[in-house]
Amino acid sequence: MRLNNYVGFFRIILTLVLAMGLRIAPLPPSLAVLNPDWVLLVLIYWSLAMPERVGIFHAWTFGLLTDVLTGRLLGQYALAYSLIIYICLKLHKRLRQFPFLQQGVFIFFCLLLSQLLLFFIKNLQHPAQLHASFWLPVFTGTLSWPVVYALLGFVSFFRRK
Amino acid sequence: MDGLRTTLSFFVDPIKYLVDLPSVLLDQIIDSATTYRTLKLENESLREEQLIHQTKLLKFAALEKENIRLRALLENSFKLGEQVLVAELLSVNMEPYEHIVVVNKGTRFGVHPQQPVLDANGVVGQVFRALPFSSEIMLITDPNHAIPVQVNRNGLLTIAVGSGQLNKLVLPYLPSNADIRPGDLLITSGLGGTFPQGYPVAVVDEFTSQPNKAFASITATPKALLDRNRELMIVWSKSIPVPFISKSVTSEAGSPVDAIK
Repeated sequence: MRLNNYVGFFRIILTLVLAMGLRIAPLPPSLAVLNPDWVLLVLIYWSLAMPERVGIFHAWTFGLLTDVLTGRLLGQYALAYSLIIYICLKLHKRLRQFPFLQQGVFIFFCLLLSQLLLFFIKNLQHPAQLHASFWLPVFTGTLSWPVVYALLGFVSFFRRK
Repeated sequence: MDGLRTTLSFFVDPIKYLVDLPSVLLDQIIDSATTYRTLKLENESLREEQLIHQTKLLKFAALEKENIRLRALLENSFKLGEQVLVAELLSVNMEPYEHIVVVNKGTRFGVHPQQPVLDANGVVGQVFRALPFSSEIMLITDPNHAIPVQVNRNGLLTIAVGSGQLNKLVLPYLPSNADIRPGDLLITSGLGGTFPQGYPVAVVDEFTSQPNKAFASITATPKALLDRNRELMIVWSKSIPVPFISKSVTSEAGSPVDAIK
């Protein structure tokens, strides 16, 4: 149904906007270094759950918006997100069959790849001197995947009704 | 590319304001919950403070004019009074490794990059990027930031570099025999053209000479309350130098000053 389509579309956008809000949440510095890349996690979820609707275009657009949001070089997140969503789309049929733990490992490598790309781009701009905690969001992101999965699963469950 | 960023910021800036909303609401709740008595006490102390400041300002105007006249005699140009805009901090966290904060005033209010930003106690930083409805401000403690300073006591010029910690600046370019000691006030030197001259920046904390190295290791604490203030002031310094006071102008005293103000 057409109306249902629009509702589904807005649901996706809304969750992505919420994720962008979490991305810049005002946390104390000790927690801010742990803040995972919520936008990427939500994009991965939707690309696995609804590959016919959320694709590279969404990833690229929201990547660009995240660039503006966090004041980065324009296109940095756009590149990382669209690459990872491309991989997710290619593998989504297999990934859905994976047991949960194996999915977690895949998410870990997705987040690691995105962080590596960001590190690479940062290094291109000027030699970056980064603290080891730069890699922490990869771990916290993997740990928060079940939460994202459960919450968005709840959201998309209502969509089917 | 800046045009694209500006366009996209129309979609993104509402998110910043939305994230900021809880802290604004909390502030309002706290404000409305203060009692009459505390308000009255605060009011009284503020009034006293204002009185003290006003008496200090009484002589300031005269001194400023005198200073301009003296500088004109020395055939020296002098930057004049500044205009300020009060901007409020949005409590959002851009990136954990950079000291960049967001305020709620942007190009719509005439803010432009490289403008100095102050608070009531000293220099906070400079505008790093101005978007229509918000702008990003790089604090002086950002590891990528350096500010030209001067020791207030003797006019010694140097550069203060951000350390990545909110309560620490580093002065890496002074030799071990430099005349600087703990407690010295560092003010902006006005070199480089970004920051107007004479605003307090930091107080020297520690001075250790390193016998095996060319430069001493000096740290300073910023005067501005970088992690506590919500109100910041964005400054427009008038970059038009005062013209030399020629004979025709000196007859009508102080007119170049008024023309620029």
